[in-house]
Amino acid sequence: MSLRSSSGNPVTGKPAGGTADRRLVPRKRKNFLGPQPLGLLFSAPYVIYVLAVLAFPLGYAVYISFHDFFFTAPRVKVDRPFVGFDNYITVLSDPAVQRSFLNIGVFMIINVPLTVGLSLLLANALNRITRFKTFFRLSYYVPYVTASVAVVGVWLFLFQQNGLLNTGLGPLAPAPSWLVNSWLAMPTVALYVTWKQLGFFILLYLAALQNIPDELYESASVDGGNKWVQFWNITVPGVRPASVLVTLLATITGANLFTEPYLLTGGGGPDGASASPVFIMYQRGLLQGNPDVAAALGVVLVIGVLLIALIQKRLVGGKED
Amino acid sequence: MSVTNAQNAKNDDDASRRPEPPEPVLRPDSGVEKRRNLGVGSFILLGVGAFVFLFPFYYMLIGSLQTAPDTSIFGAFPNPANITGANYVQINESINLFRGLLNSGIFTGGVIFFTVVFGLLVGYALAQMKFRGRGVVFGMMLLVQMIPFQLLLIPLYVMIVRDYGLADSFLGMILPFAINSTAVFVFRQYFLQLPSTLFEAARIDGASELRILWQIAIPLVRPAIVTAVLLTFIGPWNEFLWPFLVTKEQSLQPLAVSLANFISNIAGQAGNPFGAILAGACVLAAPAVALFIFFQRQFISTNIGSSVKG
Repeated sequence: MSLRSSSGNPVTGKPAGGTADRRLVPRKRKNFLGPQPLGLLFSAPYVIYVLAVLAFPLGYAVYISFHDFFFTAPRVKVDRPFVGFDNYITVLSDPAVQRSFLNIGVFMIINVPLTVGLSLLLANALNRITRFKTFFRLSYYVPYVTASVAVVGVWLFLFQQNGLLNTGLGPLAPAPSWLVNSWLAMPTVALYVTWKQLGFFILLYLAALQNIPDELYESASVDGGNKWVQFWNITVPGVRPASVLVTLLATITGANLFTEPYLLTGGGGPDGASASPVFIMYQRGLLQGNPDVAAALGVVLVIGVLLIALIQKRLVGGKED
Repeated sequence: MSVTNAQNAKNDDDASRRPEPPEPVLRPDSGVEKRRNLGVGSFILLGVGAFVFLFPFYYMLIGSLQTAPDTSIFGAFPNPANITGANYVQINESINLFRGLLNSGIFTGGVIFFTVVFGLLVGYALAQMKFRGRGVVFGMMLLVQMIPFQLLLIPLYVMIVRDYGLADSFLGMILPFAINSTAVFVFRQYFLQLPSTLFEAARIDGASELRILWQIAIPLVRPAIVTAVLLTFIGPWNEFLWPFLVTKEQSLQPLAVSLANFISNIAGQAGNPFGAILAGACVLAAPAVALFIFFQRQFISTNIGSSVKG
């Protein structure tokens, strides 16, 4: 791809311009920084920003997690002794934390396959029709572009004890209603998030579907392969790199879960059944004043996501890409 | 999609010109004919999907206009006897809607401003300028997109709120989102598509890089700016967690935060809590939905795809 070749050259420090460039910029000093050293200046604000606001805090998080860290007034110097893995032991032996990881597991088991399956199915259908394409595409990404806080309001209204959904279900409605039922709270949150994010993943799959050559479908249909044969043998393998990305992004969404359980179930209710790790981080770190424990939880969570991502890449990715 | 149409039509022609093979009699629903009929199933699937996606928004609007919450099936249809604007008045008394929208606007506007200004600079440099360390900057941009926010939550809170005392300020709200790397990537992709000879010619003519960027490059990549603004807009406008942590003062809270506080704290005391919540939800949802319907042509799959594919 052009990406790699264009970024590969400058690493070696050799200007790709060749003779023309050398003639234009005769001074050696300038050549050391490349033909357009101003590029460094142009990149500077971004680079400084990334270092100060993203890279430094990343290291700071790990530092905090290994020290006895507590909040002080600004610019007060206090002793923050190194405590080794104490914070990690505190976090991992906390039943609420264990519960939150279990919750997020339930969330992912529902959310990830639903997201991948539904977005591929809908993107594939969207790719096959020619009329009303814009309308359908718009209707799918409306939930995605809308603030979660806004749509949470409707879901609360729909899923409450005597809400439209339960009215419609009649005697089939679950006894403690959806969001106050300790078995259904997390699955309901997972459904909500799937619905909310699906539009984005549909767009991702639509982009991937453009890369599958039409001839493949044509030759398959000439060979007598029906819709399902074509879907399983051409579409699904054809969008495999996108599937890897979608599973990864859906997993990350799960690990970042906060707003939805916070608002839908009043902050992790009933009885912690929908508490997410990020919610526990907020609770332990900022409400109870233990940022060190919260930072350790953050590190554990990220390592967990990385492990899951690796496993997923093995499973979904196969040999390709 | 006219291209696919043309190809299909051509394909049909080819099939009709070919000598009749024996199979189609046995399997009348296979082959090219089948492919054309696929539309019906797709339409039904998409129609059901569209209903599931759009109904909550319709219900949001209806619910926000009801005097008394009607959760029966008939409540989903407008009933003139039950329509009122009182919920909007009610939510506006609890949380100042205008102030909330203004705060959301400042927060979002700040993020977009930093992203566009610094993103154009670095995007142009990465695509069209040759300088030492360009590969490092590019690699950095790809890595940044993988940094998980959970890990940054606590240190950023310690730094921004505790160390720098930026709690209850717009700067504190904006800082963690100030430069959207995805948008930077979009800029770079668009600048790469421009022929580098264009810029070399300008350089020979003695134009400064800043002038080339301002007078040649930016006018050519206007669609990229719209795409980047749209991509960037969703984040801060919908963001809840960070401004919720940073702002305790109600007069500075973005609408998403004040509405969330209303849902979790105050709603119980209101006369028609769901009416008020849904009215607030409509006000919060409307700008984003309107913006995306208006600019939907710019928000297409290829842009999204190119921005995340790496």
